[in-house]
Amino acid sequence: MAENIVLNIQNVDKTFGGLQALSNVNLQIEEGKIHAIIGPNGAGKSTLLNVCIGRLEPTSGTVRFDGEIITGKTPYEINQAGVARVFQTPEIFPELTILENVMIPALAKRDGAFSFNPFKLMSDETDILKEAEHVLEDMGLIDQMHDHSGSMSRGDKRRLELAMGLVQRPRLLLLDEPTAGMSRADTNATIETLIRIKERGMTKVIIEHDMHVVFSLADKISVLAQGAIIAEGVPDEIRGNPKVQEAYLGGAH
Amino acid sequence: MKIFKLSRNDTILMLGFAIAILLMPIWLQPIGAAYPDLLQKFAIFGLFAIGFNILFGLTGYLSFGHAVFLGIGSYTTVWTFKLLSMNVVPAVIFGTLLAGLFAVVIGYVSLRRTGIYFSILTLAFAQMSYNLAYSVLTPITNGETGLRVLRDDPRVLDGLFGVVQEGSPVGNFFGINMQGYPGFYFCAVVLIIGFFISLRIFRSPFGLKLTAIKSNQNRMRYTGFNTRPYLLWAFVISGMYAGMAGSLMAVTDPLAGAERMQWTASGEVVLMTILGGVGTLIGPMLGALLIKYFENIFSAFNESALHDMFSFLPSLLENLMVTVVHPFVGDGWHLTLGTLFMVIVIFLPGGLVEGVTRLFKRRKSDGVSAKNPGPES
Repeated sequence: MAENIVLNIQNVDKTFGGLQALSNVNLQIEEGKIHAIIGPNGAGKSTLLNVCIGRLEPTSGTVRFDGEIITGKTPYEINQAGVARVFQTPEIFPELTILENVMIPALAKRDGAFSFNPFKLMSDETDILKEAEHVLEDMGLIDQMHDHSGSMSRGDKRRLELAMGLVQRPRLLLLDEPTAGMSRADTNATIETLIRIKERGMTKVIIEHDMHVVFSLADKISVLAQGAIIAEGVPDEIRGNPKVQEAYLGGAH
Repeated sequence: MKIFKLSRNDTILMLGFAIAILLMPIWLQPIGAAYPDLLQKFAIFGLFAIGFNILFGLTGYLSFGHAVFLGIGSYTTVWTFKLLSMNVVPAVIFGTLLAGLFAVVIGYVSLRRTGIYFSILTLAFAQMSYNLAYSVLTPITNGETGLRVLRDDPRVLDGLFGVVQEGSPVGNFFGINMQGYPGFYFCAVVLIIGFFISLRIFRSPFGLKLTAIKSNQNRMRYTGFNTRPYLLWAFVISGMYAGMAGSLMAVTDPLAGAERMQWTASGEVVLMTILGGVGTLIGPMLGALLIKYFENIFSAFNESALHDMFSFLPSLLENLMVTVVHPFVGDGWHLTLGTLFMVIVIFLPGGLVEGVTRLFKRRKSDGVSAKNPGPES
């Protein structure tokens, strides 16, 4: 059981000045599962994700990936260890083409954090090209892959963002509201894609507002409210949990 | 050979570039720019700008102190002339390498900051070097007089191989004196090699990663890249190009002065790159040609030359034209250059290259619409 834990968040506290953003968060993510983190606005969901990828350092507590402590490591080291993140507001390379946007993370996976070979030609990178095309096909972006990514619609940018995460085939993929800003049809397509990848054994943590997405995807749900985990369980348990309903439907102050 | 592999379009570009550069003495004849001194300058500053573009064009980091490497290249070359040999090969190699070494140090410190702070740090380094060259470093740089080769310098290697200098020493390439046209062709060959390397960097995964850093450096970090060494390499490569350009200056004229490192020289290469087109392959070369042409030809137009030019007009009109044009030429050539620079930055942010591409696109789309008129017309 214990060896199946991919990400282990232990006693994590995070304060910003006087504000307690996370208090004593403990969370274990199991291998191959889709784990959703839900909670009202300002509950600390994004802070938690940022602690996991090295954007923020926790005030106290540790995050272990695959048994190794990753708190205090730089974002690129954490990525190279096998944690990729899909951002909520699309963080793409707007000056590059869609295809190049996906080839960049594929190169990171193959070349590591730094490699210097200015005499290789991009046109010889057929393996990288194939990987990128494969993912773009999955995401339905293959027809426009030579277009500039800066001029894509917001929904398409979200799909590109997802493709950039998937092409690295990370052991752990952190998704920050992957369907926000998408049409219903796109949302359903994204859910299908995520389920398909689940079968390949990629562990995912999803932060999501859309309950439809959460309940159709998640194996396990953790509920975060005011920086603390107030409930955890399989979707059916969460649906019936009175504490969760209170947190969501307004703790009538 | 794999090292020389290029796509079809790039092969055409490469050949076109090489031919255009080597034939400069012919096609620049009609506009009066085909004399060796100026041709050498075209090639040298083209190389400088092409290298600068690898840093500024690909990564977006605007160095405002690249002239320092020009100076280091020149001083090292003259010292190699003095101590080892008047042969230009070791001189250029040492000049390039030492500039690269300095670039490692300056780049390592300056790249801790981005944006304007990076520019200011590089500027500070360059100005510091410039002032040091005039003061404490006088034993190495010979201060205001400038460093020059003397007849009684040791030149160990030349002595070893029994090469005898007659008259005042000049740089040579295994016996061919590097002045006049031979000097130009030597610079041209170095420039063509430099262009090829730049082309390959642009087409490599390394180049793509640099462009991605320019586009969104933060994302690169979360994508698993340690961006610092990438930036440092780009900085060092462009510093070595600058060092090589500085070496060539000393090769064609064995003299090195500190004014080569002044901030105006650093600013000039920025102008060249922006004027021609930042991040494009041939833009920096075009910019270098344009600015050096203005500096050398436009500045030579005096009032009597203008009168000659407009002599076909009635004398009243002739005088009027001369009065109007006069402030823009001769000593006033900066006014023309400044105006041109403003027009390009405002209307063609992609520089001359963007202008040319737009022109071609328009012509193409005009041609298409003429052949198959759309449903509306």
